[in-house]
Amino acid sequence: MSAGTALPTPHSEPSDISPISPDRGAIDLEPVVSVATRRRSVPRWLRRITGPLLLLVLWGVLSATGVLGSDILASPATIARTAWDLTSDGTLPSAMAVSLRRVAVGLVFGTVIGTALGLLSGLSRLGEDLIDATVQMLRAVPFVGMIPLFIIWLGIGETPKITLIALGVAFHLYLNVYAGIRGVDEQLIEAGTSLGLSRWGLIRHVLLPGALPGAMTGLRYALATAWLALVFGETVNADNGIGFLMDQAREFFRTDVIVVCLVVYAFLGLLADLIVRLLERLLLQWRPTFTGK
Amino acid sequence: MATDIHGKVTSRHQRAEPVESADPGAVVRVEGLTRRFGDRPVLDELRLEIAPGEFVALLGRSGCGKSTLLRVLAGLDREIDGTVLVPRRRAVAFQAPRLMPWKRVWRNVLLGLPGRPDRDAAVAALAEVSLEHRADAWPKTLSGGEAQRASLARALVREPDLLLLDEPFGALDALTRLNAQRQVAEVWRRRGCAVLLVTHDVEEALLLADRVLVMRDGVIAHQAPVDLPRPRDVADPEFTWLRTALLDRLDVKTATPATDDRAA
Ligand SMILES: Nc1ncnc2c1ncn2[C@@H]1O[C@H](COP(=O)(O)OP(=O)(O)O)[C@@H](O)[C@H]1O
Ligand SMILES: [Mg+2]
Repeated sequence: MSAGTALPTPHSEPSDISPISPDRGAIDLEPVVSVATRRRSVPRWLRRITGPLLLLVLWGVLSATGVLGSDILASPATIARTAWDLTSDGTLPSAMAVSLRRVAVGLVFGTVIGTALGLLSGLSRLGEDLIDATVQMLRAVPFVGMIPLFIIWLGIGETPKITLIALGVAFHLYLNVYAGIRGVDEQLIEAGTSLGLSRWGLIRHVLLPGALPGAMTGLRYALATAWLALVFGETVNADNGIGFLMDQAREFFRTDVIVVCLVVYAFLGLLADLIVRLLERLLLQWRPTFTGK
Repeated sequence: MATDIHGKVTSRHQRAEPVESADPGAVVRVEGLTRRFGDRPVLDELRLEIAPGEFVALLGRSGCGKSTLLRVLAGLDREIDGTVLVPRRRAVAFQAPRLMPWKRVWRNVLLGLPGRPDRDAAVAALAEVSLEHRADAWPKTLSGGEAQRASLARALVREPDLLLLDEPFGALDALTRLNAQRQVAEVWRRRGCAVLLVTHDVEEALLLADRVLVMRDGVIAHQAPVDLPRPRDVADPEFTWLRTALLDRLDVKTATPATDDRAA
């Protein structure tokens, strides 16, 4: 647009203006539909189980048509029967109890240690200098590779298995708590300072709540790692627990028992995820982030 | 309490001695204040005094060091040379509301207060900015203007002797800004605390302040008392005259009808 051109007076012909639409009345209108009616049609939990359910149906069809031989993978019906047998003779419940206890204890130890180290490292330069390099170095070692050492150091009882789980859990919590604290907005810390918060007040009211989303992410990863560490620990050396049950089944080519154990793992994993989701909804309701449509 | 009024913002480089020659009644006393970023002095031997209950507006071009000065007065920036004496009870409202997103509005207002103040104290402060109905809201559900007012309530509840405002209305739409300005004027009249308002809006400065400062090259280059009766009117010829004079000081070319080319 050149500044020199005169503005057209109302009566002059608009020579260089082409019509945008030949008929102004024909503009395409589209309705903005309310989401309220659509949202309530299917409950969230029902939608969430459609995926696993479809997988189950596919599996059943493949087994029934013989595409999936019973020596490779038992059919869903066989699995259900095996599950029932294992449950009624008490093998599965007692194995589950043992495994759950290991995960729980490992999780508690790992969470406490990982969070504590993450806090020390995140909150103080000195802590960071002392802890961070060491943790990063240890993290580069695949923790599953430490099993032989743990057995030599700690024997073959509960201690090496719980240590393995705690180790896997601690790394995730450490990294995410540390990153969470370091990710807190400097402007909020300054605002807190200007409000007269002490160092402890800043930690309690600004840094810890600010690091919570990171800590929750860490907890999610930690749970996944905890199950993984459990399987490793129990299949390498154990005389009870789900991993042991699975290892035994392998020796007798019982794919049905193996699959039952895997399904149990999957359900426990799902349950853990549910608990974390619940925690997040409770603790992070303030978060102004996208929650999906 | 008289000896307790002034908290000294001490420099990291030297221990500053209070300046005896300055007006002992002042609520802010700044003498020879220098703040460098690298080699560049953003504040250069700056001198400033504010009387108790005085409303001072600080004008200046973007990047001239207004926020830096305010942060020094708030005690947030201590990498300084010179003497800075400020009241122990001071409060800041920043350009962005800076509410803790994990605390409901009323908890944000009470954050950092000594003792265990109850919710009523927060609601009373929120009522001063007409926001008591949002006391239980999460910050993410506030509009821009509401969040800014919550931030102001958080500053007011501290009953400061010095209120520091860093362009608090900069991000607000014109209508909301007028409202917020009126509320600040009322609060100031009721509380009688000294106010330092950083702004880039000459009209805002003239509407609210007893005295207007213009900052340039790291010092207060110019200051003018505003002796207009309150409430002030932008249409008042004396107001317009002051406004033009200040814009001149800020090196802003004022548009007059003669320079408007559409008049041809
Ligand atoms: N932390 C910093 N590091 C380096 N330079 C800074 C920093 N903070 C501010 N400055 C510089 O100091 C000058 C004054 O900044 P500021 O006080 O924020 O200006 P304003 O008057 O717009 O509020 C600007 O040129 C800015 O770039
Ligand atoms: Mg600024």
